[in-house]
Amino acid sequence: MTDRMAGEDQPFTSAELGEIEAEARAAIEAASSLPALDAAERDALGKRSRFSGLYRELGRISPDGRKSAGQVLHELRRRLEDMADSRRAELEAVERAERMAADHLDLSEVLPGELAGHLHLVTEVREQLEDVFVGMGYEIAEGPEVETDWYNFQALNIPLDHPARSSVDTFFLELAGSEDARYLLRTHTSPVQIHLLERGELPIYAVVPGRVYRRDTPDATHLPVFHQLEGLVIDHGITFGDLAGTIDTFVHAIFGEQVSTRLRPAYFPFTEPSAEFEMTCQICGGSGCRTCSMTGWIELGGCGMVHPAVLEATGVDPEEWTGFAFGFGVDRLAIMRHGISDMRAFVENDVRFLRQFA
Amino acid sequence: MRAPLSWLRALTPLSAEAGDRSSVVELASELDSLGLVVERTEWVGEGLSDVVLARVLEVAPIKGADRIRRVVVDRGGGETTEVVCGAWNFEAGDVVVLAPVGSVLPGDFRMERRKMKGVVSNGMLCSGRELRLSEDHEGILVLARPGSEAPHVPGFTLGTPLSDHLGMSLDVVFDLAIEPNRPDCLSMLGIARDLAAHYGLPLHTPEPRVTEGERPAVDLATIEIDAPELCQRLLGRVLTGIRPAPSPLVVQRRLILAGMRPINHVVDASNYVMLELGQPNHPYDLALLGGGGLRVRAAHPGETIVTLDGATRILGGRERRDDDLLAGLDGLICSANDVPVGIAGVMGGHSSEISEGTGQVLLEVARFSALAVGRTSRHVGLRTEASIRFERGVDPEGMERAADRFCELVVDAAVAAGVEPPVVARGLVEANPRPFERTNLTLRPPRVNALLGLSLSAEQMMDLLRPIGYEITDTREGADGGTRPADGAGVEQVPVIVPSFRPDVTREVDVIEDVARTYGYRRIPKSDRRSPYVGKLDELQRLRRRVRRVLAGLGAHEAWTSSIVDPAEQQLAGVTRSLIPLSNPMVAEESVMRGGLLAGLLTALRHNAGHRNPWIRLFEVGDVFGLAGGFELVTAPEEGERVALVLARQNDDAGAAVNAWRVVADAVGLEGIEVTQDSDGTENLGGLHRARSGLLVVASPDTLAGVPHEPGELAPGTVLGAVGEVDPDVLAAFGVPHDRVGWLELHLDRLVGAPRRAELARPVSRYPSSDIDLAFSVDESVPARQVEAVIRTAAGDLCERLELFDVYRGAGVPEGRRSLAFRLRLVALDRTLTDAEVAEVRRRCVDSVQAALPATLR
Repeated sequence: MTDRMAGEDQPFTSAELGEIEAEARAAIEAASSLPALDAAERDALGKRSRFSGLYRELGRISPDGRKSAGQVLHELRRRLEDMADSRRAELEAVERAERMAADHLDLSEVLPGELAGHLHLVTEVREQLEDVFVGMGYEIAEGPEVETDWYNFQALNIPLDHPARSSVDTFFLELAGSEDARYLLRTHTSPVQIHLLERGELPIYAVVPGRVYRRDTPDATHLPVFHQLEGLVIDHGITFGDLAGTIDTFVHAIFGEQVSTRLRPAYFPFTEPSAEFEMTCQICGGSGCRTCSMTGWIELGGCGMVHPAVLEATGVDPEEWTGFAFGFGVDRLAIMRHGISDMRAFVENDVRFLRQFA
Repeated sequence: MRAPLSWLRALTPLSAEAGDRSSVVELASELDSLGLVVERTEWVGEGLSDVVLARVLEVAPIKGADRIRRVVVDRGGGETTEVVCGAWNFEAGDVVVLAPVGSVLPGDFRMERRKMKGVVSNGMLCSGRELRLSEDHEGILVLARPGSEAPHVPGFTLGTPLSDHLGMSLDVVFDLAIEPNRPDCLSMLGIARDLAAHYGLPLHTPEPRVTEGERPAVDLATIEIDAPELCQRLLGRVLTGIRPAPSPLVVQRRLILAGMRPINHVVDASNYVMLELGQPNHPYDLALLGGGGLRVRAAHPGETIVTLDGATRILGGRERRDDDLLAGLDGLICSANDVPVGIAGVMGGHSSEISEGTGQVLLEVARFSALAVGRTSRHVGLRTEASIRFERGVDPEGMERAADRFCELVVDAAVAAGVEPPVVARGLVEANPRPFERTNLTLRPPRVNALLGLSLSAEQMMDLLRPIGYEITDTREGADGGTRPADGAGVEQVPVIVPSFRPDVTREVDVIEDVARTYGYRRIPKSDRRSPYVGKLDELQRLRRRVRRVLAGLGAHEAWTSSIVDPAEQQLAGVTRSLIPLSNPMVAEESVMRGGLLAGLLTALRHNAGHRNPWIRLFEVGDVFGLAGGFELVTAPEEGERVALVLARQNDDAGAAVNAWRVVADAVGLEGIEVTQDSDGTENLGGLHRARSGLLVVASPDTLAGVPHEPGELAPGTVLGAVGEVDPDVLAAFGVPHDRVGWLELHLDRLVGAPRRAELARPVSRYPSSDIDLAFSVDESVPARQVEAVIRTAAGDLCERLELFDVYRGAGVPEGRRSLAFRLRLVALDRTLTDAEVAEVRRRCVDSVQAALPATLR
């Protein structure tokens, strides 16, 4: 800008303007708070400012000069306003940062709230098992815990004088009734096999989880009340090989592909041939340890081909239909998996124990 | 069943040796695979083969030593050895045990040549403890002294390893779990037979030889069976001229390893025969049997006998039943004079026991009814080696062999002990009212393959069955053995004769199991058979899972309490229904089936409070039981599934329980279930605070009018559970320290049939809603839900939400009333409501409430 723009027509000199601008810039720059900035902006551009005085004088000069001088003033105002805006943004950011900092919360001083509860370990394991079998196309069947002698024993080909029928192992109920319909607490989940067969819908692919009872004194590995999971498959042409393959399939699904299974002969009145099934010891991985008595194998449960007498008892023709059944202890599985040394912890219901699991 | 390897090897030439650990482990694994489960493998008699018999020749002092001496021993074959010994309990001429240099004693202790006080010691004379034969360490083991040689240690050969001398070589004992269907394997012979078949080895069945005397047994003793349903056959052998003698060491050793105590050569022979052949038997002192014979009959009710163990047993005490021929019948063995001398198949009597003075023996070998022995054994509470075997079934064709084996062993023992052997009377005394017949079955090879998933030929199957005792006419010959189909593709049927020692094999499938077992379960290929169905949980199962998770979300831990409980505690917990008692409880505190879940959960709460965790919530899902009411003679048990939540956090009370119920109902989608407090459903409110608890019931259709829902199967008024607070007296009775404990219980099995939230989606309005707050001063007798119901009806379709948001009692509200403030949110689907419309609804609500109820707008 030249010294005096457009000669006498100009109401101000460029030095004058420069002075105004420098003064305003310094004031805006110096403003350390939003009110101070507002004041500085008011001082620089407000109605009573020198700058506004120059504006007012524009009216007194020629229209030509007014236009160019007005533009100069307008540009100056824009520059100063921009500067103030950016200073304002700066100050606002600082102020926000201070405000936020003052709102600091030490997350480790948060008082504890209420946590969610936990499913029982046995429920947890039972549901996992159910899910595996649902995935294999099995239904989950259930039955009553109070059973009759017929369902728990006779129909399952457990002869009248089988030791398991003696009152040493079975809880009987004191109910008026005939001898044959004697009520008892089921000693296994197998009576549900009979209920399923009696339903008459074949083929059957089912598993039966549930609570069972044995007249045992409670100790670290036995409770008189415990849980089993039983499987029953009845179809055309079911073989012992299918049983072995099915056990392989679900043990892999539960314990992982690295685990092997095998069968060894055993005796159950309601299956023939009967077997115990074993899997690779989870403690030593099969190399032999104290848990598996150096064999590398851990017994998991019992199984076998459904005895023809069981099918006959429910009116199913064993020449047309064959099948297999298997069963194992849910609690035992939970104990094995979580390294629980005493089963009695299950019924104590101590929250310090309960809340350890899923 | 304890089976020593050395005994099994005497019956079949197994390659496994006790000294070769891996061969023993392999044998144990094969036993497992045969279904003879090895529960434990024990090694016995280690370190006894390195030490030898030696005779002391000279004992001399060592200069400068007062505690040790120089000893020269003759170790046989003209060799002498010089050792230094610190023991003083022997002298020249004694037979002692020498551990020469290089031998290894038990505990892996190797003998070295040593020098003491200038004298070289070439080994050690051993004490009983050093050999782990006894606890004796006072001095060395002196086996014999000149002139006083023990009668049972016949002859010494110096230099003989001690193991050979004692007949105690290194051995292994397998502790086997024998399944109830394999009574044949309750004997060394049976186990050896399975192993011989498995390994393709010959089986050396004992074929005893008995030299009989002149006198016929029938002149010396009689045998009679009065009750053939209890005893099918009884045979006897008579031995005279018995002189007491110890059994040979090998017999004693085998009995000890098998878990029995050697007594004398007669009793030992009896036990040995049972262990070896599986046939229980009993020797009587014939002179003590009045009338010189035996008679089997049913015991009279209350008849007593003193058994070998000195206990008095009462027989025949069970009730007899018409439909069961054996009920109440205990088999009793009597002398010919009808004096009880034994419980059939269980235990012999005290009065005719073999003793030092026994001169004549009558041996009883019987075939008792398995059923009868089992019942008697359970009834008198006495399980013996004999009863276990009879109960499962003893080989009916092995009886003569067992009797002869006994005679042979008794004679051999006498000969070995150097006493005059007894005379075996000629022939048997016998009663055989029910001769045994073998079972004949038909095996269909195609059926075998179909059931096992194999493709064996008939001949392969026969080769598996023959070695374990099945008799089969050769199928290759065709003819009468097997019937071939016209195309000759395979044998359709094979007649098989079941071995006499396999009472468990009664139908074809049992033979199929034997094929599978001998073929090897592990060799049967695994196949993959898939279900044709789509698996899924049913509605109850889905509901149960959801309820469990909602309750856990409310902070409750899942508990599991016993279903067998204390009747007194059930009563304390307010269970009033008839409980089902157990007829054979273990303890009185666990003698009935639980009628509710309250007692169990309060006990769990007390346990946790006792461990300083009082502020918790617990829930349980499980069945409860009771007797169905009615007047019928036969009562039926009732079983239903419940879920219960106990709320015991700080400030938990009936209100917390109601809110928990609301969360459950909302999460599960239950609709139209009311909390009613006006009912007197005492059964369902047992143990609860009556004034602060209510029933959850299916609402009536009137109440549900206008509420979109899917009605369930349950009739209106059906009780679904209870909600509220536990009775403070009940809390105190259970030792629960809390002032208030909330309670929610649901009949899980009924929830499936409960009304549910409508499935169809309802549209959500896009228009603004308006809230109206209405506070009424309401008489205390009117439940808030009644006011709410009137407002809801009055507001009609425009009501989007209605909520009680404040309850106030005090200044400004008259005595006997309280202020209930509701917030009603109105909205229309198709427009913004005008002020006039809102005002109209408000007026309707206020008027309806004031008209219908003792309530006034505040």
